[in-house]
Order: sequence, then C-alpha cells, then structure tokens
Amino acid sequence: MAVDAAHDTRAMAPTRILAAIKDALGAALLALGLAVPVLALRTEQNMSNELILQPRWGYVAVAVVLAFLARLGYLLAPALPKRERARPLPRGFGRALSVGLLVLLLAYPVLALAITGKAGAIKWIDNFGIQILIYIMLGWGLNIVVGLAGLLDLGYVAFYAVGAYAYALLATSDPVKAFMADWIGPGFWPAWAFWICLPVAGLMAAFWGILLGFPVLRLRGDYLAIVTLAFGEIIRLVLINWVPVTNGYAGISSIPRPSFFGLPFNASDQGFAAFFGLEFTPLYRTIFLFYTIVCLALLTNWVTLRLRRLPLGRAWEALREDEIACRSLGINTTNTKLTAFAIGAGFGGFAGSFFAARQGFISPESFTFMESAVVLSIVVMGGMGSQLGVAIAAFVMIGGTEILRELDWLKQVFGADFEPTQYRMLLFGLGMVLLMIWKPRGLVSFRAPSIFLRERRMVRAEAVREGRG
Amino acid sequence: MEYFLQQLINGVTLGSIYGLIAIGYTMVFGIIGMVNFAHGDVFMLSTFIALIFLLALTQVLGFGSLALALLVVLLLGMLLTSLWAWAIERLAYRPLRGSFRLAPLISAIGMSIFLSNLVQVTQGPRNKPVPSVLGGVIALTGGEVYAVTLSYKQIMIVVVTVVLLAAFWYVVQRTSLGRAQRACEQDRKMAALLGVDVDRTISLTFVIGAALAAVAGLLFMIYYGVVNFADGFVPGVKAFTAAVLGGIGSLPGAVLGGLLIGLIETLWSAYFSIDYKDVATFLILAITLVFMPSGLLGKPDVEKV
Repeated sequence: MAVDAAHDTRAMAPTRILAAIKDALGAALLALGLAVPVLALRTEQNMSNELILQPRWGYVAVAVVLAFLARLGYLLAPALPKRERARPLPRGFGRALSVGLLVLLLAYPVLALAITGKAGAIKWIDNFGIQILIYIMLGWGLNIVVGLAGLLDLGYVAFYAVGAYAYALLATSDPVKAFMADWIGPGFWPAWAFWICLPVAGLMAAFWGILLGFPVLRLRGDYLAIVTLAFGEIIRLVLINWVPVTNGYAGISSIPRPSFFGLPFNASDQGFAAFFGLEFTPLYRTIFLFYTIVCLALLTNWVTLRLRRLPLGRAWEALREDEIACRSLGINTTNTKLTAFAIGAGFGGFAGSFFAARQGFISPESFTFMESAVVLSIVVMGGMGSQLGVAIAAFVMIGGTEILRELDWLKQVFGADFEPTQYRMLLFGLGMVLLMIWKPRGLVSFRAPSIFLRERRMVRAEAVREGRG
Repeated sequence: MEYFLQQLINGVTLGSIYGLIAIGYTMVFGIIGMVNFAHGDVFMLSTFIALIFLLALTQVLGFGSLALALLVVLLLGMLLTSLWAWAIERLAYRPLRGSFRLAPLISAIGMSIFLSNLVQVTQGPRNKPVPSVLGGVIALTGGEVYAVTLSYKQIMIVVVTVVLLAAFWYVVQRTSLGRAQRACEQDRKMAALLGVDVDRTISLTFVIGAALAAVAGLLFMIYYGVVNFADGFVPGVKAFTAAVLGGIGSLPGAVLGGLLIGLIETLWSAYFSIDYKDVATFLILAITLVFMPSGLLGKPDVEKV
C-alpha cells in the first residue's frame, strides 16, 4: 500500500486527494479481507446441535466503509505540528491540578447525591467512583514495581488475589470466629473483622511478593514479565483447584462487609443509621466504602511520594536506569528489588481485601491475566512513574468502559438486540493499541526528577530508560 | 507399558501443534526482540477461520471430497490468517518500532484483548462443536487390557507438521527471504545497509509465523473437535513456553520445545493430576527462565557493559 506516497504529494492538492482515495480503497480492500471470515459468516447451533452458517454481509459492508472513511480522513487531515521540545508546565501547575482533583474527588459522593438523587447515586458512586479508585490504587501500587524500580510485572493480579483470599478466608473462618467470641465477645469479630483483616491481608500479600520475588531476582525485562505472568497464572490455577480451602470455581461468599469502626451498616438498632439517628439506606455503606478506598489510594500515593525521597526510592530509580551502574556503586540490588516487590504487592493486597469486602463474594474469575494486563497498561499508559498520569489513565480506561453500561439509548439506534456492554473489552483493547501508537510514552511523559543538581528541570521521558529492570 | 506408549503418541501429536505455534513466537522474538502476545489469539482466530470455511465448503458449496475440502480450508486459512497478522504488524507494531521498549508489548496485549473479544462478539461466546472429520483409528497392539490406538487424525497431524516444517526449513535455509531474515536477526542496521528491506522482511516473518499458526489452528480444530474464543491464551502460553524451553530465537529449539511440552503435559495428566496440567507448563516456563534462560538450543545471552 502506498502509505507514504500520500505525504510526498502534499503540494499538489488534486493528486493528493486522488492518491488518498486510492490508498483508502486499499484499506477498504484489506478490511474486506479481514472481515470476510469472522464477520461475514456467523456460526450458530441449530436445533440438532449442528453448526450452521448465518451470512451477515451487512456488517462486512459497514466495516469496509468505515475503514475507507477512517483511512481517507487520516490521510487528508491537516498534519499536526510536532512538538519537539519539552514545554514545561508553569511552576506549581501539577500541584494545583492535584489539589483541585482531590477536592473534586472528596466532594464526588455529595455531587452524585445532589445530581442523581438517592437511587441513582449508589450506582454512580459504586460503578464509577469505587471501581475507578480500585484501579487507581492498583495502578499506584504496581507503579512502585514497574514505574519506579523498573521491574516489569505481568502477574500483579496474584497479589490482588492473595489479598482478597486472605481477607475472605480469615474473615469467614470458623475457628477464628470461635476464638474471638471466646476471647473478647460474640459481637467483636463481625464488627471488626474488616479492620483487622485488612492489614493482615496486606502483609500476607507483601510476604508473597517477597516469596515470588526471590526466584526472579536475576531476570530482566521481558523474561521477568513472562515469569511473573506464570506465577500469576499458577496462583489462579491453585485457587481454582484447591477446592477444600478455596471452594474452587464456586468462590467464597458471604464475606463480612466492612463496618463503621464497629457499627455495622444494617437496619438493626445497633447499626450505623440507628446510632446516628438517621433513616436506614444502603447508601451510607457505599459512601463509606468510597471514602475508605479514597484513603487507601491516597495512602499508596503518599507512601510512594515519600519513599521516592528516601535512599530506598532513589535506589529504585537508579536500578531502573542502570542495574550494573547501581551494583558498582554498592547498592544492594537484591534488597532493593525485594522491597519494591513487597511494597507493591502489599498495596495490591490492600486493594484485594477491599475488593473482597466490597463485593462480599470472590471467585478465581476475578483474578485472570486480563486484570494484570489492564493494570499494567494503566501504568504504562499513564506514563510510567507519574502518579497523576496513572490516575488519569485509570479514569479514562476504566471510566470509559464503565460508561458503556450507561449507553442504553444506543438500543434505540441499533435495535433492541444491541448490547453496548459486550463491546467493552473490545474497545478497551483497541484503545490500548491506539493510545500506544499516539503516545508510546504514556499520557504524562514529562517528569520532574526526584533529585537534581542546582536547577529543577523537567526531563523528557525518552531521556530516562525505564523498564530495563 | 501400553498405557505409556499411548501417552507418547498423544504427546507427540499435541507437541506438533505446539511446535507449529512456537515457531511464530520464536521467529518474531529473534528478529525484533518482542514477545508477540497476540500470537496465541491469531492462532485462535485461525481455528475459527478454518471452522467457518470447512462449514462453508461442506454445507453450502457441497464439496464431495473431504481431502480436497481440507486442503482448500488449509490454504484459505493460511492466507487469511496471514493477512490478519500482516495487518496487525502494520497497524499496531510497526509504528512503535524503535520506540519505548514497553510500548509494543502493551500494544500486543491490547491486540490480544481486541482479537479474542472480536471473535467473542462476532461468533458468540459458546463452544463451537466441530463436525467430526477423519474419525477412524488403527489399533497398534491388540492388548487385552489396553489397546494402543493411533487415530487417522494423529497420523495426519504428524505428517502435515513434518511436511510443513521441511518446507519451512527450506525457506529459511535456502531462499533469499530466509537469508534476509537471518541477516536481520543478527544485525538489523547492517542488513539494511546491505540492501535488505528490513520492514518487508519483518512483515514476512509475521506472515510466515501466522501461516504456521493457521496450520496448527486447523489441526487443533480437527483434533479437539471444539473451538472457543478463549482458546488463544493457554495454547499461546504453552507454545511460548515451548519456544523458551527450546531456546528463544532458535527454530529447531521451538520444535523440540513443542514436542517436550506436549509430552510433559500428556504424561503429567496421565500420571499425576489432570487438574494441575497447566501448572506444570507454567512451572516449566518459570524454571527454564530462572535457571536456564537460553533454553536447550538457544545462544547464551551475553551481557555487555
């Protein structure tokens, strides 16, 4: 396909348009070739369970026309001027933006309540607020491993799973319940389980981070990614097959929900609503969960920002830049890598136990490789190492796919069979590819170095060699 | 003993399929140093392409001869799967060549998600039972307790694999394309200076890998008799394990690794636990990378300061 020919003939407008049309026809032809097998004929089972083919040439026509128009638009669109140099944002812009976003975040439940009323607010706070914040927290946790220490981890979901299962197993375990009832009183464990199990689950995940970190210390780059992927899958397969403990595919249900420091969110007389003299509604729990995950995510962020200033954090960033130089300067790379794994895993574990408490039910289905891939892509798309970038990427990618659940009006356009949610992951994958092509360095690709000589300068992300681990 | 022999036959059959997919991983890694995450899903796509054309030929067009139908399906499958791989390389990987090292990896993961969901959306999420083809078996030993059998499918799989590998070997070793490929693998910049069209060679590498995956896809579909949109990830990881075990970048290594993984998986399921058979593969993957990163036949990775 004469892709580049179109650029050379920019001076002569009619020739250029002709060339673009020719090129777009090529794209349309390619789309036809790609669409024919998967789109044109759908395999369906008939009454006697035999496969038959259903032709759907209309879809192919749509795909071909779309490809033609997209290619034509791309070729004829005026070329954007390329920004070669880093244009540093005004001093204090990042801080002001962060503070503004934080205020917005804290006010979000109130805003949702004011705009959509009580019934709608639960959905908006839960699906958008809490869901996105869990991914922001996971992204920030993984950012310690990938963005700061430069260790490419494709099995982060393992620690998320360890946290969730540690919380679920501990909180539902009968011996612990009986022991606590004997020791302190029957009401203690149901009320306080969340607050005791949360740190335990985090520590457990951190421990697993060290355990899985040990064998992979010598590996670098892609190999490290593949081994962590293997570990993540092994943990998931064990969760599926170790039925006596984990209940296999069926998962663990009736996990105790978090309480407001001992006050359960229920309609009873000892409940949160009754204690404060309010009318009972499930909204309080959702709002409480929202602020809990806000606190957990901010804790992750705060710890990361503080650690970056410590010798440990500097060692991480040095390790990311050049492991050999690091070793020759006397940095203990073993400890540096293991702490990064452990701290990152610990935050993953916190997020996992929060997830278990929020859902009340977990199964191995929630901890597939897809989750790791989503979290890693959030970190990379955010611009590795940038806290704000990770938050923005999580908001765009998770919020963007969640919004598809709300697009019921599309049914009126495409007919009642049209289900927008089934295109969720399809668009997510496509979005990942397009975002990478558009901004290979991630959304926030400039950053302030943690330490500097005399003058604080923003460096272009290309200047730092991340991910060499 | 008969039981073991039977597992050996099953393992070699499975291993041939893994070997065919593994070549795609190992060639791409050898030439551009990238783990092509979408390769497993390209393989899955090829099983669907094969299924659809098999149905179209036998039901709609009414092909009488099964052998002819299978041959046409094979050629069409190779062609269209290669077209997909070509388009993916052109659109998702080439713009990122020479860019930040993680960018192609993320792009490949995105493509993998896109492909599996595309098939799910267009073909539906349920298992597709494939009309049975080549059902016959040959009894090798008429043991009273256990008869060792060799099915026509298994013979076909091994024969097709051997023939294709021979053809592939000829392409890599004897043609100018193979020479260009080996040159790019050694030093892309130098190859470009000497007049090798690097972009074209890389595209063709993806195309060849996908064509072999398409063959594996047809064989997989016939052997298992069922296809599903989610069947890209696990065979993909297993084939990748095969490539790593054989030494990534090494073509004979990929085939050897495929056979070993097929045998290990079959024997593990037969003698230990069928539930944990995937754990066996993942453990081999981790152990190989940790203790023997250059694999069985790979070149050791020399670290320069």
